[in-house]
Amino acid sequence: MIGLSHYLIVSAIIFSIGLVGVLRRRNLLMLFFATEVMLNAVNIAFAAISHYYNDLTGQMFAFFIVAIAASEVAVGLGLLIILFKKYGSLDLDDLANMKG
Amino acid sequence: MYEIVAFYLFSALTIGLFSVTVMSSNLLYAMTSLAAGMVLISGFFFLLGADFLGAVQLIVYVGAVMALYSFAMMFFDATRDIKEKNTNDALVFLLGGMSALMLVLMFSAPIFSENVQALYPMTEGVGNAQDVGMVLFTKYLIPFEVAALMLLVAMISGIILAGKKMDSSLTEDMDADDEIMIVKDEK
Amino acid sequence: MENLVYIALFAPFVGSLFAAFFGMSPRAIFVGVIASALLFVSFVASAILAYHVYTTGGVVHVTMMDWINAGDLNIPFGFVVDQISVTMMTVVTLVSTIVHIYSIGYMSHDKSFNRFFSYLSAFVFSMMVLVMSDNFAGLFIGWEGVGVCSWLLVGFWYHKPDQKREDNPSISPSWAANEAFIMNRIADLGMLIGIFIIYWNTGSLQYDEVFAQLPYLSETVLTTAALALFIGAMGKSAQFPLHTWLTDAMEGPTPVSALIHAATMVTAGVFLVIRANPLFSMTPEVSFFIAALGTFVAFFAASMALVNRDLKRIIAFSTLSQLGYMFAAVGLGAYWIALFHLAAHAFFKALLFLGAGNVMHAMDDELDLFKMGGLRKAMKWTYAYMGIASLALAGIPLFAGFFSKDAIIETAFNEGTYVLWAILVITAGMTAFYSFRQVFLTFHGDHRYKELGIHPHDMYGYVLIAMSPLAVLAVIAGFGMGYFEAFITKLLPAYEMSHHTHELILYLTAIVLVFAVGGILLAYKKYANGLKRDEKCENSFIYRLLANQYYIPQLYEEIITKPYAMLSEIFWKDVDLKIVDATVDGIAKFFYNSGDSVRGMQTGNLSNYLNWMAVGSVVLLVIATISAMLS
Repeated sequence: MIGLSHYLIVSAIIFSIGLVGVLRRRNLLMLFFATEVMLNAVNIAFAAISHYYNDLTGQMFAFFIVAIAASEVAVGLGLLIILFKKYGSLDLDDLANMKG
Repeated sequence: MYEIVAFYLFSALTIGLFSVTVMSSNLLYAMTSLAAGMVLISGFFFLLGADFLGAVQLIVYVGAVMALYSFAMMFFDATRDIKEKNTNDALVFLLGGMSALMLVLMFSAPIFSENVQALYPMTEGVGNAQDVGMVLFTKYLIPFEVAALMLLVAMISGIILAGKKMDSSLTEDMDADDEIMIVKDEK
Repeated sequence: MENLVYIALFAPFVGSLFAAFFGMSPRAIFVGVIASALLFVSFVASAILAYHVYTTGGVVHVTMMDWINAGDLNIPFGFVVDQISVTMMTVVTLVSTIVHIYSIGYMSHDKSFNRFFSYLSAFVFSMMVLVMSDNFAGLFIGWEGVGVCSWLLVGFWYHKPDQKREDNPSISPSWAANEAFIMNRIADLGMLIGIFIIYWNTGSLQYDEVFAQLPYLSETVLTTAALALFIGAMGKSAQFPLHTWLTDAMEGPTPVSALIHAATMVTAGVFLVIRANPLFSMTPEVSFFIAALGTFVAFFAASMALVNRDLKRIIAFSTLSQLGYMFAAVGLGAYWIALFHLAAHAFFKALLFLGAGNVMHAMDDELDLFKMGGLRKAMKWTYAYMGIASLALAGIPLFAGFFSKDAIIETAFNEGTYVLWAILVITAGMTAFYSFRQVFLTFHGDHRYKELGIHPHDMYGYVLIAMSPLAVLAVIAGFGMGYFEAFITKLLPAYEMSHHTHELILYLTAIVLVFAVGGILLAYKKYANGLKRDEKCENSFIYRLLANQYYIPQLYEEIITKPYAMLSEIFWKDVDLKIVDATVDGIAKFFYNSGDSVRGMQTGNLSNYLNWMAVGSVVLLVIATISAMLS
C-alpha cells in the first residue's frame, strides 16, 4: 500500500533534483526551470499530507504556491527579456558585474 | 493495485523527466520534459484525490506557465545548445545527494500523526472541488483576494517589462524612460 | 544659625566656581577680589557661629540632605558646628582670607591668576567639608577634596621641567604634586580601612552614634580602627615615614604653602585624632605610639631644618616638627592643648610662610639663604613679621607659641614620659636655633644678594596690611588660652596638670626657655654678622646626612620606586603586552582574518551565491536530521 512516506520521499527526490539544477546551471532560464521543479516537489508533499491527514489546508497552500509560481514566471520572464536585450546573454557568468 | 502501479510509474517518469530538465543542454528538450513532468505531477494530485488541484496544475502550469515559457523562448535562440560552464559536478551531486538523503531519511522515519488535528477536515459526500471552494471562499478569502491582486500586479508588470518597445532598452534609453513617464501620466 | 552654616560652607565654593568661570580668560584682578570677599563672608559667618557656640554652648547640627541610603547604610550630608569644628572653621577661614588677599599681590604677575583662585577657594571648601562634616564619610570626602586641591596647587606650575635631584631635591612641581598625591593615597587606604572597620562594627558613620557604641566594642577592634585611622592621619599630616612629600610640596606657590602645607590641610590629621578622641582615649597603646612618633618626628624634622639652605624647606621642616608636637599632645591625651597649638601654629606659621613669600618676591624667587642677607633695611615690615613669627615659633614668652608649645612639653613631663619630655625640650632649642638662623641669614649680615644683581623691595602695602591680623594673633593668641580652655573643654576632655607638675612648672618653663634662648643666641653668634662657611663642618658626615634628609628620599627611590618601576615594566612587557593585549588583539585579528578570507565568497556571481546558499541549507538539513535522530 502506498503511504504518506512514499509520496514524501518522491517529493524529496524531486526537490533534490531541482536543487541540483539550481546548483549546476548557469543559464537563468534553466534556473527558472529548476525552481519550477522544486516548487512542484513541494506541491506534491502538500497534497499528500492533505490527503493522508484528511485536511484541506495542504491543498490550500498548494493553490497559493501555484499562484505565486505563476506570478513569478510572469515577472521573471519580463526581467529575463530585458536582461537579454541589454546583455545578449542569460549566462550568470556573463552577468557577474558585482564582484566584491 | 492500480494505485501502486500508477504511483511507481508516475514517480519514475517524473524523476526521469525532471532529470532531463535539469541536465539537458538543449533549451527545447528541457522545456518539453518540464511540461511533461508537470502533467505527470497532476497525475499525483488525481491519485491523492485532489481533483481540483490537479486540474489547476494542468491549467496553470501546463497551460499558462509553459505557454509563457515557450513565448519567452522565441526571444532566445532555442535550437542552439546552451554553452555554460557548469559548476563542478562532484560538488553539485554531493550537495544534491546529501539533501536527498537527509530528506529521505527524515521522511522514511515513522511520522507521528496522533497529535495532528485536522483544521479543515474534508467533508464526506462532497466533491473535492466543492469542498475546496467552501474552504477557499470562507477561511482563506483574504489570502485568495491578495493572491488575485498579486496576479494582477504580475500581469501588469509582465506587460510593462516585456511589451513596450521591444526593440529598445528600457534602462538605457532616455526616450523610453520618458515614455514610461508619459504612460504613467496618462493613467 | 543654619543659614550661617551654609554661608560659611558654600561661600568658598561659590568663589571657586566664579573663578573657574574665568579660568581660561586672561588675568583679572576682580576675580581675586571677589574670591577673597566671599572668603571673608565665610570667615564672618564662622566667627558669628563661634560667638554663638561660645556664648550659648549650643551645638548647631544641620542635615542638608540624604546622601546615601542603601539598606542599613544611611549617610546624610550633615554638618555639625560644635566647639572643635567651629575652632577649625574660624582658623581656616581667617587664614584663607588673608592668604587670598595676599595672593592677589603675590600672583599678580602670573598668567594663570584666575585658575589659582579657583583652586584655592575649592581647597577652602573641601577643608570646610572636612572639618564640618558630622560623619566619617563626609570627612573622607573633604579629606580627598583637600588632597586633590593640594595636588592641583602644588603642581600649579606644572610646565616647569624636571631637574636632577642634586640640583632641586623635589625635581619639579608636577613630580612633587604626584609624590604628595600618591603618598596620601597610601595613607588614605589605611583611613578607608579604619572607616570600614568602624562601620562594620557599629553600623553607622555618624560621629555621635559611633562614639556612643565604642564601649561595647572589643579591644582588638578599637586598636585596629584607631591604628588604621591614624595611618590616614599620618599621610595627611606627613608623619614619618610618609613625610617626604611635605618638603617637596614647597614647589607650589608660596601662598599655597602657607595655607595648605602649614596652616590647614596638614593639620587635618591632628584634627582627625582630636575629632575621634573618644576612640583614641580608649586605646592607650595606640595613643602612646602616636605620642612617641610625634616626638620622634618633632626631633627628626627639626634636625633636618638645622642645616637646610632653602628658605621654604626650613619652614616646611618646622611645620613637620610642630605637627610632631601636636601629635605628641594628642597622644598624651591633651587634646585641647593640641587643638590650641594647632590654631596658634596656623597663625604664626602662615605668617612665616607669607613672609618667606615676600622675601621670594623681593629676591626674584631665589630661595637659597646663603645668597641673601642684610635684607632688613629693604624690607622692614617683612622683617618685623618674620621676626614675630619666629619668636612665636621659638616659644619666647608672651608670644603665642610659648603658651601652646610649653603646655605640650609640660604635658609630656606630667605624664611621666621623661624621655619624650627631654626630646621635646631639646627640639624646642633646635627650633629656636633654626628659625633664627633663617631670620639672621635672611635679614642680617652682609648683602650677599648684590652679587646676583637683585634690588629687593618690600611687598605691596595692602598685602602687608592684610598680613597684620596674623602678626597680631601670633603675638596675642596665647593670652586667650584660658578662655579657649573653658570653651573647648565643654566638648573635649579636660587635661589637668598634676599637683607635682604645678609645683615644678616654673622650673620646667625655665628649662625650655634656656634652651630656646640658647638656640637664638647660638644662631645670632654664628650667623648675625655675616656668613662664615665652615668647610670642615659642612663636609662632616652628620651635616651631609641632615642636609640630604637622612638620605630617605634616595632610599625610597632605591627600594620602592625603582623596584616598582622595574616590576611595572615587567608587567607591562610580559603580562600586559603578551597576555592582555595579545588576547584582545587576537580576537580582533581573528575576526579581521576570517573576514578577509571569507571575502573570497563575494564573487559577484549569482551562481556561486546559490551554491553557498545550498551548502548552508544542506548543513541545516544535516543538523536537523541528526537532532531528529538523537531525540
